[in-house]
Amino acid sequence: MKLNNAIQLHAEDNVVVALNSFEMNEEVYIKEIGLNLKVVNKIPYGHKVCVKKINAGDKILKYGECMGIATEDINLGQHVHVHNVRGLNESERLVSVNDFQLEGVGVNEDY
Amino acid sequence: MKTIKGYPRKNGTYGVRNHVIVINTVGELAGITNRLADLVPGVVPVVQQGGTSQFPEDAMQTIRTIKGTVGHPNVNAALVLGMGENDFANQIASELNEEHCKVKSLVLNSGTTLDKIFSEGSQWLKEAYEESLLDVRVDIPITELTIGLECGGSDAWSGITANPAIGVCSDLIVEAGATSILAETTEAIGAEHILARRATNNDVAKQFLTIVKNYEQRILDTGEDIRSANPTPGNMVGGLTTLEEKSLGCIKKGGNSVLQQVLKYAEKPATKGFVFMDTPGYDVESVAGLAAGGAQIVLFSTGKGSPTGSPIVPVIKVGTNPKLYEIMSEHIDVNAGTIVEGKNSLQDVGEEIYNLVFDVANGEKTKAENHRNQEFAIWRLAQSI
Repeated sequence: MKLNNAIQLHAEDNVVVALNSFEMNEEVYIKEIGLNLKVVNKIPYGHKVCVKKINAGDKILKYGECMGIATEDINLGQHVHVHNVRGLNESERLVSVNDFQLEGVGVNEDY
Repeated sequence: MKTIKGYPRKNGTYGVRNHVIVINTVGELAGITNRLADLVPGVVPVVQQGGTSQFPEDAMQTIRTIKGTVGHPNVNAALVLGMGENDFANQIASELNEEHCKVKSLVLNSGTTLDKIFSEGSQWLKEAYEESLLDVRVDIPITELTIGLECGGSDAWSGITANPAIGVCSDLIVEAGATSILAETTEAIGAEHILARRATNNDVAKQFLTIVKNYEQRILDTGEDIRSANPTPGNMVGGLTTLEEKSLGCIKKGGNSVLQQVLKYAEKPATKGFVFMDTPGYDVESVAGLAAGGAQIVLFSTGKGSPTGSPIVPVIKVGTNPKLYEIMSEHIDVNAGTIVEGKNSLQDVGEEIYNLVFDVANGEKTKAENHRNQEFAIWRLAQSI
């Protein structure tokens, strides 16, 4: 039986996490979501692979949450890591307690 | 409704263990506490090293933690050892006696000899222990259960296997009408906005952001900056790209439920459902706070095999990777490493943990209990005076 060699942490995610290390052109396989995708970079285990087309400025979704912003276009099968993703800045993160409201002024619901 | 088999207490709570404990209010009595427990086989020593000279906030926290431990539903009877004129042992005993908890205090002072403490203490403990053996478990609704969520010795797999699997279990616990407490404020730094958005209202969201901000400020005051130091170079080699991602991996132990309340360290929830307790990342202090806040069982993910247990609550260890289970299975109750091997899904392992929570609640011993890992330490904010 062919075992999954990657994991998707949430159905909406545009990345999956490699459970093995992959050489170029090896296939990422997740039975439940019908994923069968050739990686186009070398991917170490524990690292992320793009499974939905991501444009520069798009959110990187893991656990169904925004874990960063793409700094360039990322294609299917590409390695997703520090070279093409940045963390959120302060205003995006909304860390200021004083400004925080669930609804209304100062909230950036996008992140 | 699902039920577990536990011990009903006179104050309306339910225990999943029936411990008789001896605990000290001040570190000076640590040795005496251990010796007294040794005199009566079966009695559990709960030993702490904190002193009397503490800043007011710490003194309150210490009293709250010890009172929560002594009056814990898993505790059948407790002997509290104190020292000196103004010791809070008598106060805790009388307050808990009013709540019908079986508690006795003994205070070492100029009028008491060690001999008296040992003879009177061991006699009381012996009788309490023998009486505790007569208790039987009864069916209790699952809604009376509170679990705590913790991690210690994380690795690159923690956020991918054990933590989200614990999150699946936590959501099942909450759906069943019981209570789940996420802890470790330091771990939320960088993803606090995400958890805040899951709060039931603005006040809870603000309280959560406030404890994270305060914790971060205390760390900044020592000259360390968690936000810019994370993810660490080692984290990045392991595949973590941003601070949000690292922190999400930690807070996903809390699943996707609505955040109902923010608790002080060792504070009891006033509501059912998913809540957060302000605790440090240090696992022994965090587990002690969760227990003192009323958690009867703690779920604990580990990538490196931390042996941390608790003197009063069963700690269920969930290992993050297959290698760990191979080498350290003596510490691990659930092997989430099967997810890495592609054999199991997060849902599978989450349900396995959920089922084990019932077994452990019904009396099955965890690895940490079998090893008698009975660590206990109280979180301190300031230095000793």
